[in-house]
Amino acid sequence: MIIINILGLALIVLIVWWFWLYKPAQTVMQTQPLTIEVKDGVYTPAAIQVAAHQTVTLNFLRKDQSPCSEMLLIPDLGVSEQLELDKVTPVTLTDLAPGEYPFHCQMQMYRGTLTVV
Amino acid sequence: MSESNANQQLLIEGAGCASCVGKIEAALKKTPGVVSAQMNFADRTASVTGTASTQALIAAVESVGYNARAVEEQDDEDLLGEKELADRTYYKKLVRDTVIALSVGVPLMLFGLLGGDMTVTTAMQRAAWLGVGLLTLAVMYVSGKHFYTGAWKSFKNHNANMDTLIALGTGTAWLYSMVVVAIPEAIPAMARHVYFEATAMIIGLINLGLALELKARGKTSEAIKRLIGLQAKTATVIRDNKEVQINIAQVLLDDVVKVRPGEKIPVDGVVCEGHTFIDESMLTGEPMPVEKSKNDEVAAGTINTSGTIQFRATRVGKDTALARIISMVKRAQNSKPPIGRLADVISTYFVPVVMIIAVLTALAWLNFGPEPALALAMVCATTVLIIACPCALGLATPMSVMVGVGKAAEAGVLIRNGEALQTASKITAMVLDKTGTITEGAPQVTDVVVADTHEQQEVLQLAASLESGSEHPLAQAIVSKAQEQDVELLPVDSFKALTGLGVEGRCDNKTLFFGNAKLMQQQGITLGDFSERAHGLAKQAKTPMFFAIDGELAAIIAVADPIKKDSIAAIERLQDNGIRVIMLTGDNQETAAAVAHKAGITEFFAEVLPEDKANKVKELQEADEVVGMTGDGINDAPALALADVGFAIGTGTDVAIESADITLMRGSLHGLADAIAVSKATLTNIKQNLFGAFIYNVAGIPIAAGVLYPFFGMLLSPVIAGAAMAFSSLTVVSNANRLRLFKPKDA
Repeated sequence: MIIINILGLALIVLIVWWFWLYKPAQTVMQTQPLTIEVKDGVYTPAAIQVAAHQTVTLNFLRKDQSPCSEMLLIPDLGVSEQLELDKVTPVTLTDLAPGEYPFHCQMQMYRGTLTVV
Repeated sequence: MSESNANQQLLIEGAGCASCVGKIEAALKKTPGVVSAQMNFADRTASVTGTASTQALIAAVESVGYNARAVEEQDDEDLLGEKELADRTYYKKLVRDTVIALSVGVPLMLFGLLGGDMTVTTAMQRAAWLGVGLLTLAVMYVSGKHFYTGAWKSFKNHNANMDTLIALGTGTAWLYSMVVVAIPEAIPAMARHVYFEATAMIIGLINLGLALELKARGKTSEAIKRLIGLQAKTATVIRDNKEVQINIAQVLLDDVVKVRPGEKIPVDGVVCEGHTFIDESMLTGEPMPVEKSKNDEVAAGTINTSGTIQFRATRVGKDTALARIISMVKRAQNSKPPIGRLADVISTYFVPVVMIIAVLTALAWLNFGPEPALALAMVCATTVLIIACPCALGLATPMSVMVGVGKAAEAGVLIRNGEALQTASKITAMVLDKTGTITEGAPQVTDVVVADTHEQQEVLQLAASLESGSEHPLAQAIVSKAQEQDVELLPVDSFKALTGLGVEGRCDNKTLFFGNAKLMQQQGITLGDFSERAHGLAKQAKTPMFFAIDGELAAIIAVADPIKKDSIAAIERLQDNGIRVIMLTGDNQETAAAVAHKAGITEFFAEVLPEDKANKVKELQEADEVVGMTGDGINDAPALALADVGFAIGTGTDVAIESADITLMRGSLHGLADAIAVSKATLTNIKQNLFGAFIYNVAGIPIAAGVLYPFFGMLLSPVIAGAAMAFSSLTVVSNANRLRLFKPKDA
């Protein structure tokens, strides 16, 4: 039983580390525009790094029929876009100040982060 | 479409051969402002860079015999059609997935409920359950593949979502059952129970929930669909003296558009020929058709009811009032009021927290549970994973905002964003500008009291000549009065507007001052017994103005601005809602008191200069009032900006929809009471949704974990958890849909 309990607690530690503490590798945006695929509950890439004070265009390509994927919100930048199915929806951001800007769907199931450095 | 120096994409229609490419490129390059133009014959698109407007580019392509449209400028209606088609296809897929999963899940569940043996004890049972296990695996693949793919991809991305919970829950139940079938000796004899029915039922029920939610979601966007449906598809324009019917996207600025009775106005413009009545109710909520003749503005989406008119296009494409309204409503529908922020924060941590609770639940049962502890641990952990519903929390706010903002738009109230919606529901004090808000804003001269030393005709001529240089509504009234009497206006020198006082100038070799008592006092002009007469006029809600010629008082001209017919009822509605109504005006104390009294307002501030309006708003805020300010959006800009909620009153279609938090499309003050009523109803709806979603999760998760077992011996079946989870989101969407039935109590 002790082993099971230790395994259980280890599993909890793993959940905390995997979902909250682990910092995934970022896709550094080098060419414009960057296409982000919206499919199967995930933005690909979901962690994007861009340079500060530039105009950045992110092309969101929605390939998921589920209405969850329909909205894209970047609350800190006041962006709220409806993504059309199987189409590219460009989101242009100008003069971004350094910082982290999370983006997500309306229900926060799709999640990504735009890091401005 | 505005000018842009960005890359523009045009879709070229009618280009049948590669040789067309050169012709089209040359035409585009010749357009002023174009830096480069390149056509891709394969996909019939042209990429253009430079500052030329889209209309100019389309015109250039049309000039060489082809049609073009901006790629990104896809018609809202087309987009809506595509979305509906995609939703229908998705709905069919979800229904199919539901039927497949339930056709396996329901018989299995009934078998269990009717006393069938769901355990593995004999070789025969083992073989039979292996078959059922493989059948369930097929269901998981066919009907539940999207959950597992989504969960796996999210996991790889260090993310967890609803798919993760469903995949873990159903996966655990299936895997446990397969272990029971494949290696029963690994499981204690009492715990050799199979749960294939739970896996199939949960997949079926969640798909069913998603399908019903999709249907219900469609209803939440009915208001925007109605607005989009107002747009005409084609327009009749006059080019080279010929009537040509073209797609609405091809109408250019300054095109002359012809509209017959019964047709929709395709773009915004100014009437250049004809006379008609136009039904603007769809934009403004104003039920009576509005008369239009030469130089009157017409707006896209409204309906020409009687005569044929021709008008010059002044705003086309995305710039029409209707297109801007659609875009604003869409934006507002997707913005979140602050009340939803807590739910957002919770959503961020929700799924991993539920996973941790599931692990703790399993551990608790394994450590302290009765036999079969392993089976109970698995069942309870699965039920926790399945019952938790992050979607209900996530949907609670946006669904209500979507319906509430749309409902307001139908009543001619444009709400800029979720924050304005929330604050409007809390307004305790409403500041109303008098002119144009409470009153018609079209004053008329009522009395001309002339001193014995002057003639009425002379006074009117000089006063009107002087005021012809002023844009003040009171000045316009005097000029109109002179024009009515065919009085000739004289040239004026040294005209000067004196803010808060009046105007001065020279005309016919005379020095003229026209304005309020303060101006006369400042110029050392004595009012004598005119002062008394001015008080008498002011008490009748008229604005008396003094006119001095060469340093002597020559006349009082009184002007009255009639109160709008429904202002009194609308103000009463606000007061009945417990809102303190305050009137601001630049008028003198007595006129202000008389107007306020007529309008049913007890609190007012007179002789307020435009720049002081903001200070009054600030004073109220300092007294802990949540202040709404209503004005015309031009003179009141600082006060509107400072107020907790700024309301701009638009008259008809001439709306400054970007200038205020809330824009009332029609001039009636009922729009204010409607806006506040819709905001309150929406906020109540959001609170119900949030409360429901919170309570559901807060109560549901512990029950699923088995907290009731020690007291009542009660455990929740994972199938019931699946049904509850599937229908919790549906409940939220359906509750939001109730808002569609909301009707503001308009007079």
